[in-house]
Amino acid sequence: VKCCVVGAGSIGSLFAAHLATVSDVCVLTRRQEHARALNEEGLRVSGRHDFTARVTAAADPRDLPDFDLGIIATKAGGLEGAAESLSGRFPAATIMTVLNGLGAEDVVRRRGDWPLVSAVTFMSGTKHSDTHVEYILDTPTWLGPYEDTPFERVQEIERLIVDAGLKAEAMADLRPAQWSKLIFNATVNGVAALTGLRHDEHFAAERESSDLGHLVHDLVDEGKQIAEAAGVELHDDPWEMNVLATKRGSAHYPSMLEDVDSRRPTEVELINGALVREAERYGVDAPLQTAVYRLVKAREASYS
Amino acid sequence: VRICVVGCGAVGSLFAANLAQLGDIEVWSYDLAQEHVDAINRDGLRLSGAGDIVGRPHATSDAKELPACDFGIVATKAMHTSSAIAATAAAFTDGCVATVQNGLGNEETIAEHAERVIRGTTFPAGKLLEPGHVQWDVKGDTTFGPFEARPAPVREIERLADACTRAGMPTNAVADARGPQWRKVIFNASTNPIGALTGLTHGRVCEDPALRRLVSGLVDEGKAVAAAQDIELDADPEDLIDHAARPEVAYDHKASMLQDVEAHRATEIDYLNGGIVRFGGEHGVGTPLNAAIWALVKGVERSW
Repeated sequence: VKCCVVGAGSIGSLFAAHLATVSDVCVLTRRQEHARALNEEGLRVSGRHDFTARVTAAADPRDLPDFDLGIIATKAGGLEGAAESLSGRFPAATIMTVLNGLGAEDVVRRRGDWPLVSAVTFMSGTKHSDTHVEYILDTPTWLGPYEDTPFERVQEIERLIVDAGLKAEAMADLRPAQWSKLIFNATVNGVAALTGLRHDEHFAAERESSDLGHLVHDLVDEGKQIAEAAGVELHDDPWEMNVLATKRGSAHYPSMLEDVDSRRPTEVELINGALVREAERYGVDAPLQTAVYRLVKAREASYS
Repeated sequence: VRICVVGCGAVGSLFAANLAQLGDIEVWSYDLAQEHVDAINRDGLRLSGAGDIVGRPHATSDAKELPACDFGIVATKAMHTSSAIAATAAAFTDGCVATVQNGLGNEETIAEHAERVIRGTTFPAGKLLEPGHVQWDVKGDTTFGPFEARPAPVREIERLADACTRAGMPTNAVADARGPQWRKVIFNASTNPIGALTGLTHGRVCEDPALRRLVSGLVDEGKAVAAAQDIELDADPEDLIDHAARPEVAYDHKASMLQDVEAHRATEIDYLNGGIVRFGGEHGVGTPLNAAIWALVKGVERSW
């Protein structure tokens, strides 16, 4: 099996290194020196696993060899360029998107007619350098068919990922899981970006009337109403996901907060924007999710 | 007539320095910042900007030095009302105490320590440049009226309003001061925290149509809570918001709450959006957006 991982952030790096233990992996990076370092040093994993994988890497998409499975693991801002770089090529490949939010598959679909697989991942890592990623949370990646991709193809990818040492679960319908994570991310990432709080116990506190947990709960409830109107039965209750995550001990640094702290564009469009647009599509009032979406957008506007 | 300004920050200094211009008024200012007190006693209290004057009030940081006063004007930040009035109450045993503070609930707190209370709201603004020196940014009106639960006599309210007006701080004595107060509270609660959460100036908040709609959503909730108490606003807060957004008024103004957040100082959010939520709860009016904004800004404070 030949794999191509597009985007070598922490999630892309974790996939690339693990898959390289059971397949040939080529990584498409944004920067030339990142590709050179991977080719020369390999990709080191520490934390829950400890090994160094041999991968090939390229910064120019024209240098990519043929592959059977493409994994797009860029941030929202890199998605359009990633899809563009694969356009018109690799007709035998299946492409899997592992992005936050909703709508990544549509962006890729506009660039080609590959069979697509939707995925959401709950694993997490921290990149210490271009060639070193720490594997932190070994929670699973969930994947499911997009449009008429055969489920057997999804199960093959599930087996490949599991053989590579990561957790994965194929689902006939990913939307329940995707929406659970969407509501969770829209709420937790949005609130974190606006308050500057890491995902800590404040997000679950509901004692005093000004405690943040009330707002988090109300945002989740709005999200559930949107899901219901969209005909999606959630896989997990996002409020319980929130409470559980705040009890892990070390507070997660949500990527949207990380982006705001470094005054970078965030993934707010693909996450909060997508949820608010779904609310509009199904005629559901979502004043609080809309407020969080507008406030994060405005925060981005304040950079300049 | 003896008047003591309790809390001699920017707004308190505007009252103290102007009132000290009058020959028939003896002005005291009570403030905990010893450097500021020493500078006032040594060089006088200087205002520059909208008016350039030097007043010579007596200043002290020791409440025991205060003589018996006819009037108190409380001008602390709202979170310091309780400790400030508790410390100075003995000076007002036979006098009346007015508030010119931001937010809701200051009169109730003052009434725990004073017999005759004056509800008040003021629009002039400035900032402390250095000890003994305040920049006077904006002139504006002040309104005084009886605090319903522990009212000061109408004649006394008129006497204080007359003194302020003669001193160059135009002040109206009215039968019901809640209208102007709620207009200002709604204005502040609907705009200041939006600036604080996004980092945008007042003008930029208003020119983003989606964000401006969020501001209107907050205004509408505030108006509904005022209406439920039979409070008639003296003007529409929306007009004040649009007026302030004009380039020659306050387009580039960073809300004081944004300045607080940037300096990691506690904000007055509990007395603004928190006050609207509290009064809404007491009168059966839902205030979900104000509750959300309250929780977000409390979250910001907790992130420090």
